[in-house]
Amino acid sequence: PHAGPLESKNEAAMSELVPEPRQKPVVPMKPMGINANLLGYIGIDTIIEQMRKKTMKTGFDFNIMVVGQSGLGKSTLVNTLFKSQVSRKSSGWNREEKIPKTVEIKAIGHVIEEGGVKMKLTVIDTPGFGDQINNENCWEPIEKYINEQYEKFLKEEVNIARKKRIPDTRVHCCLYFISPTGHSLRPLDLEFMKHLSKVVNIIPVIAKADTMTLEEKIEFKQRVRKELEVNGIEFYPQKEFDEDLEDKTENDKIRQESMPFAVVGSDKEYQVNGKRVLGRKTPWGIIEVENLTHCEFALLRDFVIRTHLQDLKEVTHNIHYETYRAKRLNDNGGLPPMTVETEENHESNL
Amino acid sequence: IAFQGEGCRTVPLSGHVGFDSLPDQLVNKSVNHGFCFNILCVGETGLGKSTLMDTLFNTKFEGDPASHSQPGVQLKSNTYDLQESNVNLKLTIVSTVGFGDQINKEDSYKPIVEFIDAQFEAYLQEELKIKRVLHNYHDTRIHACLYFIAPTGHSLKSLDLVTMKKLDSKVNIIPIIAKSDAISKSELTKFKIKITSELVSNGVQIYQFPTDDESVAEINGTMNAHLPFAVIGSTEELKIGNKMMKARQYPWGTVQVENEAHCDFVKLREMLIRVNMEDLREQTHTRHYELYRRCKLEEMGFKDTDPDSKPFSLQETYEAKRNEFLGELQKKEEAMRQMFVQRVKEKEAELKEAEKELHEKFDRLKKLHQDEKKKLEDKKKSLDDEVNAFKQRKTAAELLQSQAQQAGGSQTLKRDKERKK
Repeated sequence: PHAGPLESKNEAAMSELVPEPRQKPVVPMKPMGINANLLGYIGIDTIIEQMRKKTMKTGFDFNIMVVGQSGLGKSTLVNTLFKSQVSRKSSGWNREEKIPKTVEIKAIGHVIEEGGVKMKLTVIDTPGFGDQINNENCWEPIEKYINEQYEKFLKEEVNIARKKRIPDTRVHCCLYFISPTGHSLRPLDLEFMKHLSKVVNIIPVIAKADTMTLEEKIEFKQRVRKELEVNGIEFYPQKEFDEDLEDKTENDKIRQESMPFAVVGSDKEYQVNGKRVLGRKTPWGIIEVENLTHCEFALLRDFVIRTHLQDLKEVTHNIHYETYRAKRLNDNGGLPPMTVETEENHESNL
Repeated sequence: IAFQGEGCRTVPLSGHVGFDSLPDQLVNKSVNHGFCFNILCVGETGLGKSTLMDTLFNTKFEGDPASHSQPGVQLKSNTYDLQESNVNLKLTIVSTVGFGDQINKEDSYKPIVEFIDAQFEAYLQEELKIKRVLHNYHDTRIHACLYFIAPTGHSLKSLDLVTMKKLDSKVNIIPIIAKSDAISKSELTKFKIKITSELVSNGVQIYQFPTDDESVAEINGTMNAHLPFAVIGSTEELKIGNKMMKARQYPWGTVQVENEAHCDFVKLREMLIRVNMEDLREQTHTRHYELYRRCKLEEMGFKDTDPDSKPFSLQETYEAKRNEFLGELQKKEEAMRQMFVQRVKEKEAELKEAEKELHEKFDRLKKLHQDEKKKLEDKKKSLDDEVNAFKQRKTAAELLQSQAQQAGGSQTLKRDKERKK
């Protein structure tokens, strides 16, 4: 096919291009030379296709953490999001399992593939969060885990002989589950989000939203948004990282109207109007998970997976990780002792 | 794939999730950000480097032809913003100026190597910064080096071999035969074979178009066999048949630039831009830059130790950098202090001078005043003396007069009497 005339190849390349190309107004770059006038097709737009091929070959990592009291449907929601049994619940979890006495961090990885795109998805569960009588500082193990992943990445990045592709275990997205009390946020919710919104992308979701009526939902969301604002909690997408006007408009709408998403999760299918849908069956009806009039699951899914997945990773890498790195390198004398051995060696090196 | 080995199960999906849009999301972000591509053209003066760039990118870049009388090899760099559909490309073209013109060419390769290293160094510096902005960094590292070979038809010049050997571990070299309309078809085949064998026997690593991706493996494989590309550049358009084409007109015929039977220009464009631009960028970053970085850091005395003792060249690097920085800071402070002390001394000396002058002036004036005073006093004294003398005379005269009057009174009477007589 390449022996043929160039024109047809270009058409083929064009048709494989981005289905919805974002025709952005050109962000003007300061030319240091002349702005050259192109008098014919060169082919520099083929770089898009070249890049796409390369990324498809490498594959992607995505690490999502779920935080919330037990019983809020965290595992079910993640399974619903990724339409497969990726969460802790299904990898041998037993409903009678005791709630742990402290917050535990459990990360499980699976490989999923769709449309030729391979993704290593790691779901990090935090059983025991908020379940104790005294929940003081229960966010600390979580913050520690997140920082440990940054540390791991930093260590790799700083090697003399580096890996071609540094494995990314950093938490790209943290779904925080809010109990659908209908009143307001709990002190624990505020404390957690205050601490963690500075180190990781937090997306608050209202769990088990089928216990609220439409009006209750709207009011609750408004109150939650207000409380988050009053407490200075910047959830993802953070205002300060909007790249341009288009981003800002899009994200403003999400921040001010849609979030926090009121969701319902389910891995069971039912027959509704001749279609098989994911839902929850109650005596008063079937709650369809992907029906936007029933709950906002589809909005959450589209937001996290279909439009902002890459952005979640980039904000984690370009901002949260860099913040951690800068702080780490500024600290005089460096390494916090993480294991006894390291400490000894660390001292001997001084 | 690489990460499967970490013990991850593949699980099936029961419906459409939507993360297949991930490559699009990534590409969109890159498009919004814009792309960088940096080409280095190395070759003797007059081999048509600028013309080839103009032809490749369908435009007239600025610049006048260089002269042959440059004292040394220099590098001239220009950056242009090109746009095609929704792709914004920041293209930087660096050309050697005066390469091959000197009588002694032993050091000709040095400015080129230094330039390439300088770009790596700039990136490394940015990467090592504490507060860094890598994702907004304007990447100036050279992604492709087009090496222009003179169309002698015989073999490579020793300058070419030496230069390419120095560059092959630092940059992706794509050798091309310039002005190839000077060579006949048969000579060209022999020339290419000679060049290739000389490169191999001298251990020069030129860039190989990648053949690991099935979609491009075939074309890249074929193209690899056509290296070095024999190119012709021309921005002049001539009417051939009923189309306007880039061509060069000779009395014996017209050479069409984009005719694959006439030269390899189309192949070069295809490989350099339309198929492997991204790979060239990736190789520069993951291979050449990493090599530079590793060598540089090792040169600075750092090494990764084995995993069990776990210390951390980063800590040392940063300590070293911090110490270096503090050292420099101290030096600068010291220099400033010295300068300050120096200035103070100078000012003091100036002030002392002024003071001395003032004193002198004061003394002069005082002396003057004293002289004047003395003069006045002398005059006064002499005046006093005169007055005294006058007084004395006056007293004496008065005395005489009164004596004379007494004596003369009678005499006067006598005289008067005698007169009356």
